[in-house]
Amino acid sequence: MTHTKDTLSPGAIGRRRAATLPEQPPQLWKSVKPKKAYDVVIVGGGGHGLATAYYLAKNHGLSNIAVIEKGWLAGGNTARNTTIIRSNYLWDESGAIYEHSLKLWETLEEDLGYEMFFSQRGVLTLAHSVSDLRSKRRNFYANALNGIDSEWLTPEEVKKLVPIINISPDVRYPVLGATYQPRGGIAKHDWVAWGYAKAASDLGVDIIQGTEVTGFDIRNNKVEGVHTSQGSIAAGKVGLVAAGHSSILANLAGFSIPIQSRPLQALVSPLLEQVLDTVVMSGAVHVYVSQAHKGELVMGAGTDAFNSYAQRGGFHVIEHQLASALELFPIFSRAQVLRTWGGIVDIAPDASPIIGLTPVENLFINTGWGTGGFKATPGSGWVMAHTIANGTPHELNKPFALERFVTGHLIDEHGAAGVAH
Amino acid sequence: MLNIPCPYCGLRNETEFHYGAEAGVGYPDPNTLSDSEWAKYLHIRANPKGWLPERWVHFAGCGRWFNLWRNTVTHEIGPAYLPFTTQPKAPDPDSNRDRMEGAKA
Ligand SMILES: Cc1cc2nc3c(=O)[nH]c(=O)nc-3n(C[C@H](O)[C@H](O)[C@H](O)COP(=O)(O)OP(=O)(O)OC[C@H]3O[C@@H](n4cnc5c(N)ncnc54)[C@H](O)[C@@H]3O)c2cc1C
Ligand SMILES: [Zn+2]
Repeated sequence: MTHTKDTLSPGAIGRRRAATLPEQPPQLWKSVKPKKAYDVVIVGGGGHGLATAYYLAKNHGLSNIAVIEKGWLAGGNTARNTTIIRSNYLWDESGAIYEHSLKLWETLEEDLGYEMFFSQRGVLTLAHSVSDLRSKRRNFYANALNGIDSEWLTPEEVKKLVPIINISPDVRYPVLGATYQPRGGIAKHDWVAWGYAKAASDLGVDIIQGTEVTGFDIRNNKVEGVHTSQGSIAAGKVGLVAAGHSSILANLAGFSIPIQSRPLQALVSPLLEQVLDTVVMSGAVHVYVSQAHKGELVMGAGTDAFNSYAQRGGFHVIEHQLASALELFPIFSRAQVLRTWGGIVDIAPDASPIIGLTPVENLFINTGWGTGGFKATPGSGWVMAHTIANGTPHELNKPFALERFVTGHLIDEHGAAGVAH
Repeated sequence: MLNIPCPYCGLRNETEFHYGAEAGVGYPDPNTLSDSEWAKYLHIRANPKGWLPERWVHFAGCGRWFNLWRNTVTHEIGPAYLPFTTQPKAPDPDSNRDRMEGAKA
């Protein structure tokens, strides 16, 4: 299959995109003091928490809702991620929830009335060894069976799509083939959070930053409120949407979850002419790269080996990922690293999310998105809102309940989630 | 990069080690456990903010497993100790330990 894209030169595309970045209004959401009581309190003001609040208001008619964020809006993983969006996961359960999310992305800018540079530029996932080829082909067929757009590309077709890629057979990790999801892409992460925050605030949701949840009011195994650094707040229902800090909050509420928190790093180059208009991923050699709208190369590294809450990782992890990137893209050898940073990702044993009820009544949890939950922001908020509003899971998140670790019905996405994203 | 005190080889770069998560989790008798107790053994490991006793293996050196106190917020290294020996106390959360001190443990 042959793909050609824009007829403009890559440089012209970059300039056109940069020129159209709209101005932001001075204030996107109302600053409020916390009220004494809410129907629903969402703990965590990342994309998933904000999306949950928005869909609670929009789809379920609730408005007495607070989102409580200990730092600043989206300062967790949401605005630290490399923004790869795709739905080509292996298992039916994952395919269903990630594809629901991708469909929501496709109309999100109109729905929220807010631009977020969602760009369906296509996502390539490379295979580098015989076993890698087999598992990627399996993934490709599974996607076809689930109606998820996916194509199989030979190395020559990969080269046609991404001319700067090195497909020489005599490198350590040659490109042997790839899956391609044309509907995959990227978006501007902070704008996604702002878009949800603005739309939720317009529907009456209180967004409270700089306030940490430090405990829970639990009576007869039922949550009745939260303790915060600004005092106690009563709540009919509470949703924990705190990514890397989920274990801490679960422990405060008296239960344990199978999550380990690890650093995940990324880096950007300075602004460059556009040379790459496709997202390229390779789990085998730890390369995830796209070129953002303004021109910086955005690359994700692997997770550091150990548990951490420090939002930083080791430089050897960055070096490792750059070594692989240079073999795949020799043209990058003259680019510089402008900045590296880390987030704390919430990793579940099967690399799939945990969304649903908890052992405490009226307390709900949404975690375990690990290295790849940005793409799920709309879908995750959608099903979490349904779960909180109805007290029972949505069809799409039923399989992702905490109980799966007892029943043994794990949803093993280590292959499709790759080492990251 | 962390400098990790292998009790056998001394201070080495983190890249010589693999991580083994929470230390001191005993192997239970599967025949006496309920499904949820078994799930807990299989899947739940401590994930605290602060000091954590954890397992490391020096795969590129002596190849042996050992335990180590490490702080998950500051990345400070505490004392290392051998499996099946008495666990040293968690380091004082306020102390600003010299990283090398762990090597002597
Ligand atoms: C470097 C990096 C690259 C990534 N790349 C990708 C990618 O390419 N594609 C992709 O799909 N995903 C990617 N991810 C994963 C993705 O970023 C996350 O899965 C997703 O953003 C999680 O969103 P969230 O809203 O659940 O979490 P967060 O944005 O982390 O929000 C959780 C919020 O909870 C707050 N909080 C925690 N404890 C408390 C408390 N006690 N009280 C109040 N507030 C609290 C935190 O401050 C935080 O703001 C990447 C992650 C990282 C770190
Ligand atoms: Zn050793």
